[in-house]
Amino acid sequence: MTAVRAVLFVPEMLVVLALPPLLMSVIAKTKAWFGGRVGPPWLQPYFDLHKLIQKNAVYSKTTTWIFRAGPIISLAALLTAATLIPVLSNDSLLGFSGDIILLAYLLALGRMFTVLAAMDTGSSFEGMGASREVTFGAMSEPALFLAFVVMAVATKSLQLSEMIGPKLLPEWQIAGPAMILVVGALLVVLLTEACRVPVDDPATHLELTMIHEVMVLDHSGPEFAFITYGAALKFTLLGSILVHAAIPHPEGFNVLSPPLRVLELGGLAVLVGAIESAMARFRLNRVPMLIAGATVLSAIAVVLVLMRRTV
Amino acid sequence: MRQGECVDIAAIPRVESDDFSDHLQEARGRGVRLAQLFGRRTPDGGVMLYAFVANDNVGMVDVCCSQLVRSDSRPLQYPSITAHWPAAQAFEREIAEQYGVHPLGHPWLKPLRYHATDDGSPAPWGPFDRKKPIPGDYPFYRVDGEEVHEVAVGPVHAGVIEPGHFRFQCHGEEVLHLEIALGYQHRGAEPLLLHRNATRSAIVAETVAGDASVGHALAYCTALEALAGAKVSIRAHAIRGIALELERLANHVGDLGALCNDVAFLPGASFLGRLRGEFLNLTLEICGNRFGRNLLRPGGVLFDIPADLSDKLRKRLEGLQPEVLKVLDMMFEQSSVLARFEGTGVLSQEQAEEIGLVGPAARASGCMRDVRHDHAYGVYQFSHIPVAIETTGDVYARAVVRWLEVQRSLEFLLELLGNKPAGKTFEAMSPLRANSMAFGLSETWRGEAMHVAFTDDTGKLAFVKVKDPSIHNWLGLALALRGVQISDFPLCNKSFNLSYAGHDL
Repeated sequence: MTAVRAVLFVPEMLVVLALPPLLMSVIAKTKAWFGGRVGPPWLQPYFDLHKLIQKNAVYSKTTTWIFRAGPIISLAALLTAATLIPVLSNDSLLGFSGDIILLAYLLALGRMFTVLAAMDTGSSFEGMGASREVTFGAMSEPALFLAFVVMAVATKSLQLSEMIGPKLLPEWQIAGPAMILVVGALLVVLLTEACRVPVDDPATHLELTMIHEVMVLDHSGPEFAFITYGAALKFTLLGSILVHAAIPHPEGFNVLSPPLRVLELGGLAVLVGAIESAMARFRLNRVPMLIAGATVLSAIAVVLVLMRRTV
Repeated sequence: MRQGECVDIAAIPRVESDDFSDHLQEARGRGVRLAQLFGRRTPDGGVMLYAFVANDNVGMVDVCCSQLVRSDSRPLQYPSITAHWPAAQAFEREIAEQYGVHPLGHPWLKPLRYHATDDGSPAPWGPFDRKKPIPGDYPFYRVDGEEVHEVAVGPVHAGVIEPGHFRFQCHGEEVLHLEIALGYQHRGAEPLLLHRNATRSAIVAETVAGDASVGHALAYCTALEALAGAKVSIRAHAIRGIALELERLANHVGDLGALCNDVAFLPGASFLGRLRGEFLNLTLEICGNRFGRNLLRPGGVLFDIPADLSDKLRKRLEGLQPEVLKVLDMMFEQSSVLARFEGTGVLSQEQAEEIGLVGPAARASGCMRDVRHDHAYGVYQFSHIPVAIETTGDVYARAVVRWLEVQRSLEFLLELLGNKPAGKTFEAMSPLRANSMAFGLSETWRGEAMHVAFTDDTGKLAFVKVKDPSIHNWLGLALALRGVQISDFPLCNKSFNLSYAGHDL
């Protein structure tokens, strides 16, 4: 049974793995359009990955195995997470009841090793980046979890593919406001976790202002390719959770569903690009307020769905 | 004396070296500003100190000098001015480094550029060691404590910018103290200015700070023309004014775009970045160089702006004016941009006065000073530009001052291009007056540049001292950073946008 499912999932997984750099391209093109520029070619992120893979990695003498293991473990954690998150269809490859807990810890594991690798270099910049990443990560987790609680209560399931699957459709009809709050919170979580404006600026060259980029300054070659790809994959996965929660597709397999999901993810990338173009980044000490706001949105949504259950 | 005047070196009032500091302290009480302080080696091995204090209210600059004599019983030393007047700090470090003079009681006597003294004598902090050629290799001010950490940035930066070393003492994200060590760009520009051929020296003057080529060339030409007693036609003055304002426009517009970039506000960064190029291209139309090189020469300007070019420039400026103002309106209406600018990197008026800040940074802290207004010379005597003032002293104020200056420079240019006086654009100068001193001031886009020139008894240029506004303002940046989030440093830095090359000479 599992084997059959795995075979059926091969084409879907291939698309899921190939998609992330393209979404980065959509963001870049959107930003370029707002800035009145042409922007890099559509396939530029793939070219970049190809270039990095061919290069040799350079290691600082002060680093240990943690520095080398960091990018690999982070990417492995994300790839594993990809098997738990429904991206194109309503189902996930290895989903099981309670996989939501595993997913949370996979994301945390990836983050932990990125941070440890950054601290391993002993650079004051990377230490600063690590401290910022952990601070904001710790703050965005409650927002994400409370959003999960809402969907778990609504669908009476602890399996992610069911929580954000077709069972959510009736919830939109009865508890629309709560779901809108959840989607809002998930968007903030996405911007935080994927290090986009207004939380972080992926385009800046100023090491003192960076969060994610400064942690990976010392990585090079294939390992940097893993990190770049991992960042894009993380965006795709969290984005999938967002679009699935926002637009649940009905039960059963539909030929139109996967292409539609790709378009939805593309639309999300355009939205993120538009946000990046339309506003400046927040001052670093204001970012917690944004994330706390997302947590509050999730919390209110929890109260709303719980109240409806008890009444 | 005023700029453009020429005096006998012997006529400069002298003060005893022990009284020099007190004398300046007394002058400070009259509300003057320290514009320049430097030393010049005398043939007997001593050093003559010259101090220029500007009285901006009446457009006058007072000069005094003091002879330091070297003897076996007494090394070269005098009571420090910085001890009472922090504005002198960089100048006194420079004098100590160049001549081994010890300003007694200087609170932070460290090398400024890291080079040997002119005669190899030891500087107050010890002899120069070629084996340690790295500027800034000295004990930095340190804050100790369990939760305090030190961040060292540069001299190699992530962007393509000039080299400089920044040492932050931080408590978490908050900066407690910033110390800036420069000197990586020291090229020895001042001796190169003494070239026999004034045209060659003018080329060097333009490269003191490449983004302020016109501003430095203007100060240099004013000083030399004063020494030669040359009268430059009003037409040449007008063309100089046009070039200076175009330079200001290009840099202000570019910097406002860079400020947008630093807060990740994309449209502002893209549009203003392009518009900067448009202004540079207007300068290109005049003299064939986007930075205004080879335009100003002692005696006038090398390129005229004929009527047809004048019309063309005016048409293009008229097209650019609404475009620039529209983009700037959009930028200053964006609340997320303002949220980043407001309250970041505050420098109070008191601090600004204390350290002798100049240029837009000083005007943003409420200090009314603008060479074009206070020491009006050339075309600025006939066409006035209102001084742009803000009072909050933060990044926002520095941005607004630039914004206002963009508007006013545009209006000034349109008026001047429409009504340019007639006259010859260039006239070769007569020989320089012997044993004389003159200076030129100009309000570059960054602030006041000052070139002081001395001739010897044969009428040859013997000594030139250059001051870029950056030497005043770097300390301002360091002070503005206190208590600011370290992630806002690039933003503060850009709001000052000081020159490394101009400081290091």
